[in-house]
Amino acid sequence: MIEREQVLHVARLSRLRLSDEEVDTLTGELSSVLDHVDKLAEVDIEGVEPTSHVLPLENVLRTDEPRPSLEREVALSQAPDPHDGAFRVPSPQAEA
Amino acid sequence: MSTEYEAVIGLEIHVQLSTRTKMFCGCELSFGDEPNVHTCPVCLALPGVLPVPNEKAVQYALQIGAALGCELSPVSTFDRKNYFYPDNPKAYQITQATYPFAVNGRLGEVRIHHAHLEEDAAKTIHTGGGGRISGSDASEVDFNRGGTPLVEIVTEPDLRSGAQVREWGQLLRATIRQLGVSDVNMEEGSLRCDANISVRPVGSDELGTKTELKNMNSFRFIERGIEAEVTRQKEVIAAGGEVEQETLHFDPSTGELHSLRSKEEAHDYRYLPEPDLVPVVPSPETLEMAKSSLPELPAARARRYEEIGVSGQAALLLSFEVEWAEYFEGVLEAGTGIDPRVAANWVTGELAAELRRQDDRPLAESKVGPAALATLINMVAEKKISHGSGKSVLEEMVSSGAEPESVVAEQGLEQISDSGELERIVIQAIEDNPKPAEQVRSGNEKAIGALVGAVMKATQGRADGGEVNRLLRQHLGL
Repeated sequence: MIEREQVLHVARLSRLRLSDEEVDTLTGELSSVLDHVDKLAEVDIEGVEPTSHVLPLENVLRTDEPRPSLEREVALSQAPDPHDGAFRVPSPQAEA
Repeated sequence: MSTEYEAVIGLEIHVQLSTRTKMFCGCELSFGDEPNVHTCPVCLALPGVLPVPNEKAVQYALQIGAALGCELSPVSTFDRKNYFYPDNPKAYQITQATYPFAVNGRLGEVRIHHAHLEEDAAKTIHTGGGGRISGSDASEVDFNRGGTPLVEIVTEPDLRSGAQVREWGQLLRATIRQLGVSDVNMEEGSLRCDANISVRPVGSDELGTKTELKNMNSFRFIERGIEAEVTRQKEVIAAGGEVEQETLHFDPSTGELHSLRSKEEAHDYRYLPEPDLVPVVPSPETLEMAKSSLPELPAARARRYEEIGVSGQAALLLSFEVEWAEYFEGVLEAGTGIDPRVAANWVTGELAAELRRQDDRPLAESKVGPAALATLINMVAEKKISHGSGKSVLEEMVSSGAEPESVVAEQGLEQISDSGELERIVIQAIEDNPKPAEQVRSGNEKAIGALVGAVMKATQGRADGGEVNRLLRQHLGL
């Protein structure tokens, strides 16, 4: 069971502003998600190696060769408030 | 009742790897370029992109692990560390939380808990409000640094003072520099050090509540910051209070500590396995190469120098910088029968001081080669010139690059080897200075200094001190 407090805490960590109704809905929904995941705990995993990935792959690496970067204008083109070649954002402290 | 408290300190050290490209994309690494000229959809976290780890970064990381005496993991995996901040466009950092690439090592007297690979954050510049973090109204983000490969080294809480942290940090820096896998430049941020600090009653095994001292750009500042924080914690406890867990910043210009983040939000990173990356499983050859490619590291070199008689302090100085070590070994090679302890003292003492004094010249630009210094050291050892003359010859060698023999000949510094001549000068000095001579005869041996000085003056320093002493004592009837 997930508490309303936990939903507010996670929302705050994610900088999400939720209305009271949204908090109520999410509290219920997140609880049922967690209950569902809890079902996995019923499986006996005695002696089973932890799975870190579902694909039968390992060592997908690249050589240390530079590739072209984006033009700065392109990189900044989707930014709401570019300034002096930088992404300008509201101060992370101001809204905390 | 008074309880003695001791400091307990553990370190988290971030090392930027000097690969050509970033950890998970092909953008070039740079320092000091215009903002945001090294970015791509991966390091800007545009939707739908996938990270691919840099093979070289993995190799460098394994070399660091091997140099720190760690067990290299047969399988290591990546995790997401979630936090919301503009320096981090994915809202998570890719790191290794559960299965890092190296565990259980040791460097010197400090145990290494583990070392893991991760990506660096972007650089945020806080504008307005004077540039300090608090009170600013906007931030500008430069993603050139975002995604730079980092190795984070986490120690056990084995350190006990700021001075010990400085010394050990310097050993760590020298060790990694020698591997050639990082610039380890603290001012440029390629080596960064955070310290976890707590205090506890001496003899206790428990750990007190710790505070974290963040990101200082020199080991001197770290030493001072730690000393300030340890003092503060001891005072809090002495006054009956409790240390609160918090993150601190030390301002070296004022010596003050400031609290950085509110504690309720700290350390809630909601780690989860990174589904975009598959495990790294180094082949036995890769692991073997990481271990066998290690050069002789500073700690081992210092031990080897001490074994051939070099004093502990000089051995450390020579071991920390490869070029000094190579220079020293060049002196030993060029000078047959040279005493390593004496050679080490000349290199780390007289030569280093003279280079510093003359334009703070780096060793690489020294006009005095190892062979010339070896010749000079041997001239002193064979008493052709006095130790004092040796220093002035070195001064000339450092400034002009002249050979020691020609400086000695030019300045007429050759030691007086004719003992008859020296004896005449000694007798003259005793006659000219009846007062100290009488004092020595009547038991005040210290007064002999005045007579030695008189002889040295008469010979312009070209006499061997030991011989002068012997002749003076003989003629004074001691």
